[in-house]
Amino acid sequence: MSQSLRIENLHASVDGHEILKGLTLEVPKGQVHAIMGPNGSGKSTLSKVIAGHEDYVVTEGSVFLDEINLLDLGIDERSRAGFFLAFQYPHEIPGVSNANFLRAARQARLPKGEEIDAVAFYREMYAKMDELGMDRKFTARSVNEGFSGGEKKRNEILQMMMLEPTYAILDETDSGLDIDALRIVAEGVNAMRSPERGFLIITHYQRLLDYIVPDVVHVLYDGRIIKTGDKELALELEEKGYDWVTKDLVPA
Amino acid sequence: MTDSATLEAVLVDQDEGNFSYPEDYAHDAGYGLTEKTLDYISDIKGEAEWIRDFRKRALKVFEEKPMPTHWASADLDNIVFDQIRYYLAKGQRPTRSWDEVPDDVKETFERLGIPEKERKFLAGVEAQFDSEAAYSNVKEELTKQGVIFVNSIEGLREHPEIFRPWFGKVIPTGDNKFSALNSAVFSGGSFIYVPPGVKVKYPLQAYFRINAENFGQFERTLILVDEGAEVTYMEGCTAPKFETATLHSAVVELVAMKDAKIQYITVQNWSNNVFNLVTKRGLAHENAEIRWIDCNIGSRLTMKYPGVIMKGRRARGEVISIALANNGQHQDTGAKMIHAADETTSNIVAKSISVGTGRSTYRGLVHIPKHLKGCKNNTECDALLINAASRNDTYPAITVRGNQHATQHEASVSQVSEEQIFYMKQRGLSEGEAMSLSVNGFVNDLVREFPMEYSVELKRLIDMEMEGSVG
Repeated sequence: MSQSLRIENLHASVDGHEILKGLTLEVPKGQVHAIMGPNGSGKSTLSKVIAGHEDYVVTEGSVFLDEINLLDLGIDERSRAGFFLAFQYPHEIPGVSNANFLRAARQARLPKGEEIDAVAFYREMYAKMDELGMDRKFTARSVNEGFSGGEKKRNEILQMMMLEPTYAILDETDSGLDIDALRIVAEGVNAMRSPERGFLIITHYQRLLDYIVPDVVHVLYDGRIIKTGDKELALELEEKGYDWVTKDLVPA
Repeated sequence: MTDSATLEAVLVDQDEGNFSYPEDYAHDAGYGLTEKTLDYISDIKGEAEWIRDFRKRALKVFEEKPMPTHWASADLDNIVFDQIRYYLAKGQRPTRSWDEVPDDVKETFERLGIPEKERKFLAGVEAQFDSEAAYSNVKEELTKQGVIFVNSIEGLREHPEIFRPWFGKVIPTGDNKFSALNSAVFSGGSFIYVPPGVKVKYPLQAYFRINAENFGQFERTLILVDEGAEVTYMEGCTAPKFETATLHSAVVELVAMKDAKIQYITVQNWSNNVFNLVTKRGLAHENAEIRWIDCNIGSRLTMKYPGVIMKGRRARGEVISIALANNGQHQDTGAKMIHAADETTSNIVAKSISVGTGRSTYRGLVHIPKHLKGCKNNTECDALLINAASRNDTYPAITVRGNQHATQHEASVSQVSEEQIFYMKQRGLSEGEAMSLSVNGFVNDLVREFPMEYSVELKRLIDMEMEGSVG
């Protein structure tokens, strides 16, 4: 089987409304794909369905992480199988320090009875925080509590770097970021690009793709991928708007 | 989802404490409570007449007092006093060496890690098995300094001049129905005296273990800390899970003389068949400090409101309380602060967690009379609900008269949202781990106040409880 994140004919609904209507997409390991689309096209639904959010019901189709059928797994199992979602709106966890949270997440990946090496863990975390330009004081602060929008997104990238997923979806990570934060976050992602890892970047704007240059760009519209191209497609969309790709569609 | 998974959950397995040994008792007062029961206890203990009389008067008070169900949980009516045994003992005096403790008792405490903790960080240990202590030892240097650490009967027999003047004075027999019950049938518990100026560096610990079914444990503790002296006392409690209800009803009296400091730490982890009805109160003289740290996990119904009477000028009282009510449990806890002198200060921080159908209730009483001046109280109570079906009630009663005082009261209720759990699970934590981390986060700022060993213990208990609650 191919080494990729494969989404095949995915149909999913929330509260009885079908949002994803047969979405098919494949991100091979080593590639960065971007999904663009207007509001309401199903971008965030896609990320939540893949993560296993229980508000969404998959009615048809499949999602494979390499040879693993993700839809058979629980939310936490998907994570431990190597899937990571950088949230559009990361949640706050009052009273739980960033360091403890990351440590618990790392610990959850170890076999029962095995303890994390605390010294090595802190060394690694500090190095990655330096890379992201995060102050050390963030280790002791409660997860995302009182963080600015940019700090939250940076924290998502830190978690991703520490958990080293094989596939990651970044859900509108660029929203709420100023240009400096955007650059730092993009550098973090670029540093993680590797032949062993695939990325799917969901974004509303072309801007982020100046920093994280995608191999492939997809356009999501009304729950389906309606166009796929290279990075030039993103620029074209920015220039011409979504009408340009949707006007040729035959109304359903 | 979170909700249904938790609601369907089986009752928590109080893992570690859930074992018992076959009954093998030399003394058994039998079922039910009459004057004969009291005579049986007094005879076995060879008690002074005044104690026998004290017990009998208490029994009358107990019988006269109604169940406080006009304000407390109606579940109290499910206690069948005739089906409880009030005294069970092996008939041995407590030993100073674990080697001399009967094998089943020794194994019990070893499984609970008590001898190990004693070696590591305790100045003295008393281990009570059902009605009596099986083991009691205090470090020699403390004995040399005049520190007394014995059980209730030995305290009253060997050191009546020290303990008798305060016995039943902070909590009179008639304080409530259960203090009366305890006064009638008390056995075991710790009597501690710390002489003037002696600062006991390491904690003294008592461990209360219920082994038998249909049994009531009624330990009696009196801690008297003389001028300028300091002590930290810690108690831990467990019981195996039985089908029938078990009763634990203690009375704990603390007396801090001028400039003295007492810190009393409880980490209870009763199984969910235990009615835990405990009266705890301290009397703080001038510039003295009494601090209760009270962690209530487990039990079927806990009713406990540690209090401090600040009798001397500049006395300080503090209650730090953590309660976790899991499915089918009710934690009815709180604090009482009685200001009885000028410039006295009290602080209450209570955090409760309700899981599934668990219910937590906070009852607070702060009393500052009009004729005093310069008193301060701070009360914070925070509740965390894990599910929509969880319940929390807060009944703060703050009476402050006069205009020369400062009081502050804050309360909050928050809920662990499904989105928060989703976020944590996406990082690879199981539902139980995610809940456990959230709960630990909620109590985190309080736990930092605990001695290290106990904060670790509490975290472990919370982890166990939350893992169990999601099945």
